[in-house]
Amino acid sequence: MRLTQGQFSFLPDLSDEQITAQIAYGLKQGWALNVEYTDDPHPRNTYWEMWGIPMFDLKDPAGILMEINECRRTYPRHYVRVTAFDSSRGWETPRMSFLVNRPADEPGFGLVRQEGPGRQVRYTVRSYAVDRPEGSRYA
Amino acid sequence: MGSSEKILAELADDTPVDLAGAVENSHVFEILDQLDRELIGLNPVKTRIREIAALLLMDRLRKNMNLSAQPPSLHMCFTGNPGTGKTTVAQRMAKILHRLGYVRQGHVVAVTRDDLVGQYIGHTAPKTKEVLKRAMGGVLFIDEAYYLYKPENERDYGAESIEILLQVMENQRDDLVVILAGYKDRMENFFSSNPGMSSRIAHHIDFPDYSTEELMEIAEMMMVNLNYRFDADSAQAFGEYIRLRMQMPHFANARSIRNAIDRMRLRHANRLFERGGEQVTRRDLVTIAAADIRASRVFGEKAAPLMTSPD
Repeated sequence: MRLTQGQFSFLPDLSDEQITAQIAYGLKQGWALNVEYTDDPHPRNTYWEMWGIPMFDLKDPAGILMEINECRRTYPRHYVRVTAFDSSRGWETPRMSFLVNRPADEPGFGLVRQEGPGRQVRYTVRSYAVDRPEGSRYA
Repeated sequence: MGSSEKILAELADDTPVDLAGAVENSHVFEILDQLDRELIGLNPVKTRIREIAALLLMDRLRKNMNLSAQPPSLHMCFTGNPGTGKTTVAQRMAKILHRLGYVRQGHVVAVTRDDLVGQYIGHTAPKTKEVLKRAMGGVLFIDEAYYLYKPENERDYGAESIEILLQVMENQRDDLVVILAGYKDRMENFFSSNPGMSSRIAHHIDFPDYSTEELMEIAEMMMVNLNYRFDADSAQAFGEYIRLRMQMPHFANARSIRNAIDRMRLRHANRLFERGGEQVTRRDLVTIAAADIRASRVFGEKAAPLMTSPD
Protein backbone atom coordinates (compact mmCIF):
# COMPACT_ATOMS: atom_id res chain seq x y z
CA MET A 1 0.00 0.00 0.00
CA ARG A 2 1.30 3.41 -0.95
CA LEU A 3 1.66 5.77 1.98
CA THR A 4 -0.15 9.06 1.43
CA GLN A 5 1.07 11.73 3.82
CA GLY A 6 1.72 15.42 3.33
CA GLN A 7 1.61 17.30 0.08
CA PHE A 8 1.69 15.68 -3.37
CA SER A 9 1.35 12.19 -1.90
CA PHE A 10 -1.44 11.19 -4.29
CA LEU A 11 0.78 12.14 -7.21
CA PRO A 12 3.59 10.01 -8.59
CA ASP A 13 6.83 10.45 -6.61
CA LEU A 14 8.45 13.83 -7.24
CA SER A 15 11.56 13.92 -9.38
CA ASP A 16 14.64 15.73 -8.06
CA GLU A 17 13.84 18.59 -10.37
CA GLN A 18 10.32 18.90 -8.97
CA ILE A 19 11.65 18.67 -5.41
CA THR A 20 14.13 21.44 -6.20
CA ALA A 21 11.31 23.63 -7.50
CA GLN A 22 9.24 23.05 -4.35
CA ILE A 23 12.22 23.84 -2.12
CA ALA A 24 12.94 26.97 -4.14
CA TYR A 25 9.37 28.08 -3.46
CA GLY A 26 9.81 27.49 0.28
CA LEU A 27 13.09 29.40 0.34
CA LYS A 28 11.51 32.28 -1.54
CA GLN A 29 8.88 32.52 1.22
CA GLY A 30 11.67 32.70 3.80
CA TRP A 31 10.92 29.36 5.44
CA ALA A 32 13.55 27.15 7.07
CA LEU A 33 13.72 23.75 5.43
CA ASN A 34 14.36 20.58 7.26
CA VAL A 35 14.93 16.93 6.34
CA GLU A 36 13.39 14.21 8.52
CA TYR A 37 13.19 10.42 8.34
CA THR A 38 11.35 7.59 10.03
CA ASP A 39 10.50 3.93 9.63
CA ASP A 40 7.22 4.18 11.55
CA PRO A 41 4.67 5.46 9.06
CA HIS A 42 1.69 5.73 11.43
CA PRO A 43 -0.25 8.89 10.57
CA ARG A 44 -0.14 10.03 14.22
CA ASN A 45 3.65 9.69 14.33
CA THR A 46 4.29 13.43 14.04
CA TYR A 47 7.81 13.61 15.36
CA TRP A 48 10.19 12.07 12.86
CA GLU A 49 13.95 11.86 13.39
CA MET A 50 15.75 15.00 12.23
CA TRP A 51 18.48 14.72 9.64
CA GLY A 52 20.77 17.40 11.02
CA ILE A 53 19.49 20.75 12.16
CA PRO A 54 16.95 22.81 10.17
CA MET A 55 18.66 24.76 7.41
CA PHE A 56 18.41 28.49 8.02
CA ASP A 57 19.74 31.32 5.85
CA LEU A 58 19.96 29.27 2.67
CA LYS A 59 19.47 30.97 -0.67
CA ASP A 60 19.60 28.06 -3.07
CA PRO A 61 17.91 24.64 -3.14
CA ALA A 62 21.13 22.82 -4.10
CA GLY A 63 22.29 22.63 -0.48
CA ILE A 64 19.04 21.06 0.68
CA LEU A 65 18.99 18.58 -2.19
CA MET A 66 22.51 17.59 -1.15
CA GLU A 67 21.22 16.78 2.36
CA ILE A 68 18.20 14.91 0.97
CA ASN A 69 20.46 12.76 -1.16
CA GLU A 70 22.75 12.07 1.76
CA CYS A 71 19.79 11.07 3.91
CA ARG A 72 18.48 8.81 1.12
CA ARG A 73 21.88 7.18 0.84
CA THR A 74 22.04 6.53 4.58
CA TYR A 75 18.39 5.39 4.93
CA PRO A 76 17.38 4.02 1.54
CA ARG A 77 14.54 2.02 3.09
CA HIS A 78 13.07 4.72 5.32
CA TYR A 79 10.49 7.40 4.69
CA VAL A 80 12.19 10.76 4.19
CA ARG A 81 10.27 14.01 4.15
CA VAL A 82 11.07 17.67 3.73
CA THR A 83 9.31 20.22 5.90
CA ALA A 84 9.38 24.00 5.60
CA PHE A 85 8.96 25.91 8.84
CA ASP A 86 7.47 29.39 8.83
CA SER A 87 8.75 31.31 11.85
CA SER A 88 6.71 34.45 11.23
CA ARG A 89 4.38 35.51 14.04
CA GLY A 90 0.93 34.05 13.81
CA TRP A 91 2.15 31.01 11.85
CA GLU A 92 5.10 29.48 13.70
CA THR A 93 4.36 26.14 12.13
CA PRO A 94 5.42 23.93 9.23
CA ARG A 95 3.92 25.31 6.04
CA MET A 96 5.04 22.54 3.71
CA SER A 97 5.69 18.86 4.21
CA PHE A 98 6.20 16.26 1.53
CA LEU A 99 7.75 12.83 1.12
CA VAL A 100 10.94 12.55 -0.91
CA ASN A 101 11.79 8.91 -0.27
CA ARG A 102 9.82 5.77 0.52
CA PRO A 103 10.72 2.11 0.99
CA ALA A 104 10.44 -0.10 -2.07
CA ASP A 105 7.93 -2.36 -0.37
CA GLU A 106 5.22 -0.81 1.81
CA PRO A 107 3.17 -3.45 3.66
CA GLY A 108 0.38 -1.06 4.65
CA PHE A 109 -1.82 -0.96 7.74
CA GLY A 110 -3.96 -3.47 9.56
CA LEU A 111 -7.16 -2.63 11.43
CA VAL A 112 -6.96 -3.54 15.12
CA ARG A 113 -10.18 -4.08 17.10
CA GLN A 114 -10.35 -3.78 20.88
CA GLU A 115 -13.23 -5.08 22.99
CA GLY A 116 -14.42 -2.35 25.35
CA PRO A 117 -16.84 -2.36 28.25
CA GLY A 118 -20.28 -3.54 27.20
CA ARG A 119 -20.07 -4.62 23.60
CA GLN A 120 -18.20 -1.44 22.61
CA VAL A 121 -15.47 -1.87 19.99
CA ARG A 122 -12.55 0.51 19.60
CA TYR A 123 -10.69 0.62 16.31
CA THR A 124 -7.15 1.65 15.52
CA VAL A 125 -4.67 1.13 12.70
CA ARG A 126 -1.26 -0.41 13.00
CA SER A 127 1.42 -0.57 10.36
CA TYR A 128 2.53 -4.09 9.53
CA ALA A 129 6.04 -2.66 9.30
CA VAL A 130 6.22 -1.97 13.03
CA ASP A 131 5.95 -5.67 13.88
CA ARG A 132 9.69 -5.69 13.62
CA PRO A 133 11.92 -3.53 15.86
CA GLU A 134 13.00 -0.07 14.85
CA GLY A 135 15.81 -0.03 12.26
CA SER A 136 15.05 -3.48 10.86
CA ARG A 137 11.66 -2.61 9.39
CA TYR A 138 11.50 -2.55 5.59
CA ALA A 139 14.72 -4.58 5.55
CA MET B 1 27.59 8.52 -37.61
CA GLY B 2 28.50 9.55 -34.03
CA SER B 3 26.10 11.64 -32.03
CA SER B 4 28.37 14.68 -32.06
CA GLU B 5 28.65 14.55 -35.83
CA LYS B 6 24.88 14.32 -36.04
CA ILE B 7 24.55 17.46 -33.94
CA LEU B 8 27.07 19.29 -36.06
CA ALA B 9 25.19 18.27 -39.16
CA GLU B 10 21.92 19.63 -37.82
CA LEU B 11 22.98 23.23 -38.15
CA ALA B 12 24.92 24.53 -41.09
CA ASP B 13 28.35 25.96 -40.34
CA ASP B 14 27.34 29.35 -41.63
CA THR B 15 24.31 29.70 -39.36
CA PRO B 16 24.48 33.29 -38.17
CA VAL B 17 24.96 33.90 -34.44
CA ASP B 18 23.26 36.79 -32.71
CA LEU B 19 26.29 37.96 -30.76
CA ALA B 20 25.16 41.56 -30.34
CA GLY B 21 21.78 40.45 -29.05
CA ALA B 22 23.28 38.05 -26.53
CA VAL B 23 25.63 40.73 -25.25
CA GLU B 24 22.74 43.16 -24.99
CA ASN B 25 20.54 40.68 -23.14
CA SER B 26 23.07 39.74 -20.53
CA HIS B 27 23.77 43.38 -19.59
CA VAL B 28 27.26 42.18 -18.89
CA PHE B 29 28.90 45.21 -20.41
CA GLU B 30 27.08 47.44 -17.95
CA ILE B 31 28.78 45.64 -15.09
CA LEU B 32 32.14 45.48 -16.82
CA ASP B 33 32.00 49.22 -17.52
CA GLN B 34 30.96 49.89 -13.97
CA LEU B 35 33.93 47.80 -12.88
CA ASP B 36 36.21 49.91 -15.08
CA ARG B 37 34.78 53.12 -13.72
CA GLU B 38 34.63 52.30 -10.06
CA LEU B 39 37.78 50.27 -9.63
CA ILE B 40 40.95 52.22 -10.20
CA GLY B 41 43.97 50.39 -11.58
CA LEU B 42 43.93 46.58 -11.20
CA ASN B 43 44.38 46.09 -14.93
CA PRO B 44 45.42 42.42 -14.81
CA VAL B 45 42.32 41.71 -12.72
CA LYS B 46 40.00 43.50 -15.10
CA THR B 47 41.49 41.73 -18.10
CA ARG B 48 40.92 38.35 -16.51
CA ILE B 49 37.34 39.17 -15.55
CA ARG B 50 36.68 40.31 -19.11
CA GLU B 51 38.08 37.03 -20.44
CA ILE B 52 35.92 34.99 -18.09
CA ALA B 53 32.83 37.00 -19.02
CA ALA B 54 33.60 36.51 -22.71
CA LEU B 55 34.05 32.77 -22.29
CA LEU B 56 30.78 32.38 -20.44
CA LEU B 57 28.93 34.40 -23.04
CA MET B 58 30.41 32.36 -25.90
CA ASP B 59 29.52 29.16 -24.09
CA ARG B 60 25.95 30.33 -23.94
CA LEU B 61 25.95 31.03 -27.68
CA ARG B 62 27.55 27.66 -28.39
CA LYS B 63 24.83 25.99 -26.37
CA ASN B 64 22.22 27.70 -28.55
CA MET B 65 23.98 26.22 -31.56
CA ASN B 66 23.89 22.75 -30.02
CA LEU B 67 27.65 22.74 -29.60
CA SER B 68 29.04 21.21 -26.45
CA ALA B 69 29.47 23.82 -23.76
CA GLN B 70 31.12 22.29 -20.73
CA PRO B 71 30.72 24.75 -17.90
CA PRO B 72 34.26 25.85 -17.07
CA SER B 73 35.66 25.54 -13.58
CA LEU B 74 35.59 29.01 -12.12
CA HIS B 75 37.12 28.54 -8.70
CA MET B 76 39.52 31.39 -8.18
CA CYS B 77 42.36 32.48 -6.00
CA PHE B 78 42.92 36.18 -5.33
CA THR B 79 46.34 37.06 -4.03
CA GLY B 80 47.54 40.49 -3.07
CA ASN B 81 48.45 42.82 -0.26
CA PRO B 82 45.81 44.12 2.13
CA GLY B 83 43.49 46.78 0.76
CA THR B 84 43.99 45.94 -2.92
CA GLY B 85 40.30 45.26 -3.49
CA LYS B 86 40.02 41.48 -3.26
CA THR B 87 36.71 41.48 -1.41
CA THR B 88 35.24 44.20 -3.63
CA VAL B 89 36.18 42.31 -6.78
CA ALA B 90 34.67 39.13 -5.32
CA GLN B 91 31.36 40.96 -4.88
CA ARG B 92 31.50 42.16 -8.47
CA MET B 93 32.48 38.75 -9.70
CA ALA B 94 29.37 37.28 -8.09
CA LYS B 95 27.22 39.83 -9.90
CA ILE B 96 28.87 39.16 -13.24
CA LEU B 97 28.54 35.40 -12.89
CA HIS B 98 24.92 35.85 -11.93
CA ARG B 99 24.22 38.00 -14.99
CA LEU B 100 25.81 35.39 -17.20
CA GLY B 101 23.75 32.66 -15.58
CA TYR B 102 26.72 30.78 -14.17
CA VAL B 103 25.51 31.06 -10.56
CA ARG B 104 21.84 31.09 -9.74
CA GLN B 105 21.56 33.60 -6.89
CA GLY B 106 24.68 35.75 -7.08
CA HIS B 107 25.22 36.34 -3.39
CA VAL B 108 28.60 36.29 -1.64
CA VAL B 109 29.21 34.42 1.60
CA ALA B 110 32.45 35.69 3.11
CA VAL B 111 34.04 33.41 5.68
CA THR B 112 37.34 32.88 7.47
CA ARG B 113 38.86 29.88 9.22
CA ASP B 114 36.62 30.37 12.27
CA ASP B 115 33.47 29.78 10.25
CA LEU B 116 34.72 26.56 8.68
CA VAL B 117 36.79 24.76 11.28
CA GLY B 118 35.27 23.33 14.45
CA GLN B 119 36.69 23.14 17.94
CA TYR B 120 36.35 19.46 18.69
CA ILE B 121 36.17 16.14 16.86
CA GLY B 122 33.07 15.89 14.69
CA HIS B 123 32.38 19.61 14.78
CA THR B 124 34.19 20.57 11.58
CA ALA B 125 32.23 18.63 8.98
CA PRO B 126 28.77 19.99 9.88
CA LYS B 127 30.19 23.49 10.22
CA THR B 128 31.90 23.45 6.85
CA LYS B 129 28.88 21.86 5.22
CA GLU B 130 26.57 24.48 6.64
CA VAL B 131 28.70 27.25 5.19
CA LEU B 132 28.82 25.46 1.84
CA LYS B 133 25.05 25.08 1.83
CA ARG B 134 24.60 28.76 2.57
CA ALA B 135 26.95 29.66 -0.28
CA MET B 136 25.28 27.45 -2.85
CA GLY B 137 23.96 29.32 -5.83
CA GLY B 138 26.52 32.03 -5.17
CA VAL B 139 30.13 32.67 -4.32
CA LEU B 140 31.99 31.42 -1.27
CA PHE B 141 34.76 33.86 -0.40
CA ILE B 142 37.35 32.43 1.98
CA ASP B 143 39.52 35.20 3.32
CA GLU B 144 43.03 34.32 4.47
CA ALA B 145 42.49 30.77 3.31
CA TYR B 146 46.01 29.66 4.25
CA TYR B 147 44.98 29.59 7.92
CA LEU B 148 42.89 26.52 7.05
CA TYR B 149 46.05 24.48 6.89
CA LYS B 150 48.35 24.46 9.88
CA PRO B 151 51.32 22.22 9.14
CA GLU B 152 52.77 22.61 12.64
CA ASN B 153 49.79 20.76 14.15
CA GLU B 154 48.99 17.52 12.40
CA ARG B 155 45.83 16.99 14.43
CA ASP B 156 44.43 20.35 13.34
CA TYR B 157 40.87 20.08 12.02
CA GLY B 158 41.61 22.42 9.13
CA ALA B 159 42.61 19.52 6.91
CA GLU B 160 39.17 17.96 7.34
CA SER B 161 37.58 21.20 6.26
CA ILE B 162 39.83 21.38 3.18
CA GLU B 163 38.83 17.84 2.26
CA ILE B 164 35.11 18.65 2.33
CA LEU B 165 35.72 21.86 0.40
CA LEU B 166 37.60 19.97 -2.29
CA GLN B 167 34.88 17.38 -2.59
CA VAL B 168 32.15 19.97 -3.10
CA MET B 169 34.33 22.12 -5.37
CA GLU B 170 34.77 19.11 -7.62
CA ASN B 171 31.30 17.52 -7.52
CA GLN B 172 29.05 20.56 -7.37
CA ARG B 173 30.91 22.85 -9.66
CA ASP B 174 27.77 24.41 -11.07
CA ASP B 175 26.30 25.04 -7.63
CA LEU B 176 28.93 27.34 -6.24
CA VAL B 177 32.13 29.19 -7.00
CA VAL B 178 34.87 29.23 -4.37
CA ILE B 179 37.25 32.18 -4.17
CA LEU B 180 40.27 31.92 -1.90
CA ALA B 181 42.03 35.11 -0.92
CA GLY B 182 45.17 36.03 0.92
CA TYR B 183 48.75 37.25 0.81
CA LYS B 184 50.65 35.95 -2.15
CA ASP B 185 53.60 34.22 -0.47
CA ARG B 186 51.47 32.50 2.16
CA MET B 187 48.95 31.42 -0.46
CA GLU B 188 51.75 29.86 -2.50
CA ASN B 189 52.89 28.03 0.60
CA PHE B 190 49.36 26.82 1.18
CA PHE B 191 49.05 25.53 -2.38
CA SER B 192 52.37 23.74 -2.31
CA SER B 193 51.23 21.79 0.74
CA ASN B 194 47.75 21.21 -0.74
CA PRO B 195 48.32 20.28 -4.37
CA GLY B 196 44.71 19.06 -4.68
CA MET B 197 43.49 22.55 -3.94
CA SER B 198 45.86 24.17 -6.38
CA SER B 199 44.88 21.96 -9.29
CA ARG B 200 41.17 22.54 -8.73
CA ILE B 201 41.55 26.29 -8.94
CA ALA B 202 41.66 27.43 -12.51
CA HIS B 203 42.21 31.12 -12.05
CA HIS B 204 45.01 32.55 -9.99
CA ILE B 205 44.64 36.31 -10.06
CA ASP B 206 47.26 38.58 -8.54
CA PHE B 207 46.20 41.99 -7.29
CA PRO B 208 49.05 44.50 -7.74
CA ASP B 209 49.69 47.29 -5.25
CA TYR B 210 48.35 50.70 -6.22
CA SER B 211 50.63 53.47 -7.44
CA THR B 212 50.57 56.93 -5.86
CA GLU B 213 48.45 58.31 -8.70
CA GLU B 214 45.96 55.48 -8.43
CA LEU B 215 45.66 56.00 -4.68
CA MET B 216 44.99 59.69 -5.29
CA GLU B 217 42.24 58.78 -7.75
CA ILE B 218 40.77 56.36 -5.25
CA ALA B 219 40.81 59.06 -2.59
CA GLU B 220 39.04 61.49 -4.88
CA MET B 221 36.40 58.94 -5.71
CA MET B 222 35.82 58.18 -2.04
CA MET B 223 35.55 61.91 -1.34
CA VAL B 224 32.98 62.37 -4.10
CA ASN B 225 30.93 59.50 -2.74
CA LEU B 226 31.00 61.08 0.72
CA ASN B 227 30.19 64.53 -0.71
CA TYR B 228 33.47 66.08 0.31
CA ARG B 229 36.11 67.72 -1.84
CA PHE B 230 39.73 68.86 -1.72
CA ASP B 231 40.75 72.40 -2.57
CA ALA B 232 44.01 73.01 -4.43
CA ASP B 233 46.09 73.18 -1.25
CA SER B 234 44.61 70.15 0.39
CA ALA B 235 44.87 68.06 -2.78
CA GLN B 236 48.59 68.73 -2.81
CA ALA B 237 48.84 68.02 0.92
CA PHE B 238 47.05 64.72 0.45
CA GLY B 239 49.42 63.78 -2.37
CA GLU B 240 52.31 64.32 0.01
CA TYR B 241 50.44 62.39 2.69
CA ILE B 242 50.09 59.38 0.40
CA ARG B 243 53.77 59.39 -0.51
CA LEU B 244 54.79 59.53 3.15
CA ARG B 245 52.24 56.97 4.25
CA MET B 246 53.37 54.48 1.60
CA GLN B 247 56.86 54.47 3.14
CA MET B 248 55.52 53.58 6.54
CA PRO B 249 54.81 50.12 8.00
CA HIS B 250 51.31 48.65 7.97
CA PHE B 251 50.39 50.39 4.77
CA ALA B 252 47.18 48.80 3.50
CA ASN B 253 46.60 50.48 0.13
CA ALA B 254 43.02 51.64 -0.36
CA ARG B 255 42.08 50.73 3.21
CA SER B 256 44.68 53.14 4.59
CA ILE B 257 43.32 55.81 2.31
CA ARG B 258 39.82 55.22 3.59
CA ASN B 259 41.03 55.44 7.18
CA ALA B 260 42.95 58.62 6.38
CA ILE B 261 39.82 60.18 4.94
CA ASP B 262 37.86 59.22 8.05
CA ARG B 263 40.48 60.93 10.26
CA MET B 264 40.41 63.98 8.00
CA ARG B 265 36.66 64.20 8.37
CA LEU B 266 37.02 64.08 12.14
CA ARG B 267 39.56 66.90 12.13
CA HIS B 268 37.47 68.85 9.64
CA ALA B 269 34.37 68.53 11.81
CA ASN B 270 36.28 69.50 14.90
CA ARG B 271 37.81 72.55 13.21
CA LEU B 272 34.38 73.83 12.21
CA PHE B 273 32.99 72.99 15.62
CA GLU B 274 35.61 75.07 17.37
CA ARG B 275 34.88 78.08 15.26
CA GLY B 276 31.79 78.34 17.40
CA GLY B 277 29.45 81.18 16.49
CA GLU B 278 31.13 82.11 13.21
CA GLN B 279 29.26 81.88 9.95
CA VAL B 280 29.76 78.47 8.30
CA THR B 281 28.83 78.06 4.66
CA ARG B 282 27.94 75.03 2.61
CA ARG B 283 31.39 75.26 1.07
CA ASP B 284 32.98 74.92 4.50
CA LEU B 285 30.99 71.78 5.11
CA VAL B 286 32.22 70.04 1.98
CA THR B 287 35.79 71.31 1.68
CA ILE B 288 38.64 69.54 3.43
CA ALA B 289 41.38 72.12 4.12
CA ALA B 290 45.11 71.47 3.96
CA ALA B 291 45.26 72.00 7.73
CA ASP B 292 43.02 68.95 8.28
CA ILE B 293 45.51 66.81 6.42
CA ARG B 294 48.74 68.30 7.70
CA ALA B 295 47.65 67.73 11.30
CA SER B 296 48.18 64.01 10.67
CA ARG B 297 50.88 62.22 12.59
CA VAL B 298 52.33 61.04 9.30
CA PHE B 299 53.86 64.45 8.72
CA GLY B 300 55.63 64.40 12.08
CA GLU B 301 56.88 60.87 11.44
CA LYS B 302 60.47 61.69 10.56
CA ALA B 303 61.10 62.91 14.11
CA ALA B 304 59.70 59.92 16.00
CA PRO B 305 58.70 56.70 14.22
CA LEU B 306 55.56 55.17 15.64
CA MET B 307 55.03 51.49 16.28
CA THR B 308 51.31 51.49 15.66
CA SER B 309 49.58 52.13 12.36
CA PRO B 310 49.45 55.91 11.94
CA ASP B 311 46.54 57.19 9.94
